[in-house]
Amino acid sequence: MIPYLLIIVPLAGAALAVAWPSNRTRPLLLPAVGLGHVGMTFWLFLNPPAVSPASWLAFDPLARAVLPAVSLLFFVCAVYGVTYLRIRQERPNRVFVALLLATLGLLSAGHQARHLGLLWIATEAVTLAAVPLLHFNGTPRAFEATWKYLLVGGTGIALSLLGSFCLGYASLHGGGDGNLTFVSLMAQGVDLSRPWVLIAWVLLLVGYGTKMGLAPMHTWKPDAYGEASGIVGALLAGGVTTVAFTAILRVRAVVGAAGEGAMADRTLLAIGLFSMVVSALFLLGTRDFKRMLAYSSVEHMGILGIGAAFGKAGVWTALFHVWANSLTKGSLFLSAGNIRRAAGSASMDDVRGMATITPRSVALFITGMFAVTACPPFGPFFSELRLIRVGFTAGHGVATFAFLGCLLFAFFGITRVVFGVADGRPRPATRRVGSSFVESAGVILPPVALLALSLWLGLHTPAVLQDAWSAAVTQLFPTP
Amino acid sequence: MNNYLNLLIGLAMGLNLIALGSSRLPSLIRAVSAQGIVLGLMPLLLEHHPDWRVLVVVVATVAGKGFVIPWLLRRAMRAATIERELNPLVGFVPSLLLGAGGTIAAVAFARLLPLLPEHAGSLLVPGALASVLTGFILLIGRVKAISQVCGYLILENGIYLFGLLLIRSTPLLVEAGVLLDLTVGVFVIGIIVDRIQRAFDSLDTRKLTVLRE
Repeated sequence: MIPYLLIIVPLAGAALAVAWPSNRTRPLLLPAVGLGHVGMTFWLFLNPPAVSPASWLAFDPLARAVLPAVSLLFFVCAVYGVTYLRIRQERPNRVFVALLLATLGLLSAGHQARHLGLLWIATEAVTLAAVPLLHFNGTPRAFEATWKYLLVGGTGIALSLLGSFCLGYASLHGGGDGNLTFVSLMAQGVDLSRPWVLIAWVLLLVGYGTKMGLAPMHTWKPDAYGEASGIVGALLAGGVTTVAFTAILRVRAVVGAAGEGAMADRTLLAIGLFSMVVSALFLLGTRDFKRMLAYSSVEHMGILGIGAAFGKAGVWTALFHVWANSLTKGSLFLSAGNIRRAAGSASMDDVRGMATITPRSVALFITGMFAVTACPPFGPFFSELRLIRVGFTAGHGVATFAFLGCLLFAFFGITRVVFGVADGRPRPATRRVGSSFVESAGVILPPVALLALSLWLGLHTPAVLQDAWSAAVTQLFPTP
Repeated sequence: MNNYLNLLIGLAMGLNLIALGSSRLPSLIRAVSAQGIVLGLMPLLLEHHPDWRVLVVVVATVAGKGFVIPWLLRRAMRAATIERELNPLVGFVPSLLLGAGGTIAAVAFARLLPLLPEHAGSLLVPGALASVLTGFILLIGRVKAISQVCGYLILENGIYLFGLLLIRSTPLLVEAGVLLDLTVGVFVIGIIVDRIQRAFDSLDTRKLTVLRE
């Protein structure tokens, strides 16, 4: 029952938000529902339910391995959202609050979907729900970003549907009875029609890769993240991408069962490395600190792709990195949102010397930057270090060196932007805008909490979490 | 049975080419709408004894693809007061040639794919591939938002054609999802087109260049 409640409760919260009369008190629904969701998720996490193989929707080991991270991220963002929407009192927030809650419900459905069609519907619904969230600010630039998001994201989602049909046909051609749960597809294994599986894999990788933001399908990401508010950016980068990644992992397991695992791993490795190279190059050039976060997200999606290509140990590390990246990136988006609000712009050309105007947010932003560029002792350092070890052990020496090189260039690019924004003397105009921004506890504590979680994840990865990742790997690679 | 079906698919492939060749938006929308109706009727030919689920799909598809969405598109077109696509990125003749070449390639490529015996003689797979390709040409080669939406619709139509291969084996869920999302998607796109128009006084997506690296 609780797996369904994870979806129903946020959707009911969304309906309540639509009906709620007061613009001032409506945002309080966000942390209320978020807290309930975290409670239920962690209860399920600690007491994993038995999963019936035929079920279309269940809190299975893979959902258990990643959904708690998304739930935590949402809750912290929701707390931040209360203060954020109080600052933005002038804009009606009915649609915004309702769709944020709906997004949480749909993300829960996407993570728990064990059926090809259901997974697609959840992903498509998340895509559409995010559209109004992106143009909450109502500026022409936000419209432009939304249009690109919809066009690129819509095409990606269309291709993933075509890929799902191809996989369905592969099953039908191999004598399947039209049961498209991942369990039954994997059980069919080598009976699946090989050419159709290959076509399906390419289409699904491109389709869900677009949602993840893997290069070269990442073009919507800088615009969307650059224009979205920090809370939406954090959820897109930490939640929606995670759904797409688990989708790719589930499909990869089917392709592996069909005997084409090596081919799938090669494509994942290539697209992952390409994403890292592209993002490293753009990170060296960008002058906008919110777009910088988008390219950093592309980079980390590349890391996930590479991890998924390195077999069992690699997938385990990728799941670790999902947690590390979601929490750290969330903190960066929220502190960047503060700085953006205080500075009135996100470009290095207009913004400098923020350390004197918003000292706390800048301190958080810099700490977050070190965390996300894999400096010890934060979570990303340990996940990436483990990935390097796995890469060398698995005999992917060249790829691992390329991975290290990209990390180095990304570090140069990110530090360049972050210190450019933090150091120097602020412009008089920035001082005037910035003086009206108060660094209250409501906008500082949430990013602190996320950074603390990232630190805790790095210093002391709980055994129960490691077991959850191992169980997910066992689910994805059933044969020894 | 298969002959009638192939006739309809051939018609849909011809409409692809008409869509590629039209410079006036009303005729583009008309081609898309006609294609939607043609596709919507296909399940009736595929199913020998159509039950109520198939009928629901048929009615919903014909209404959605054939009438509601074209109506929305015409409304958006009137709101934006634009009638034709000027200066596309890929010209009309080159895109027609690309589309025709793509259709031939789709037929050739589909022969290489393993098909079940009952699908072997049908044009479903080449038709689907050709429509997906046409959709991409329109999406990439046109600059007006409405033409791009039409391209997206043709892309979706191609996917729907492919889905017909599975209509007997998969539950209604997949099809219902397609219809719902298609309608909602275009609806949302329509709203945005409206907004873009107000914000930019133009439906030219080439002017969406503030956000560029």
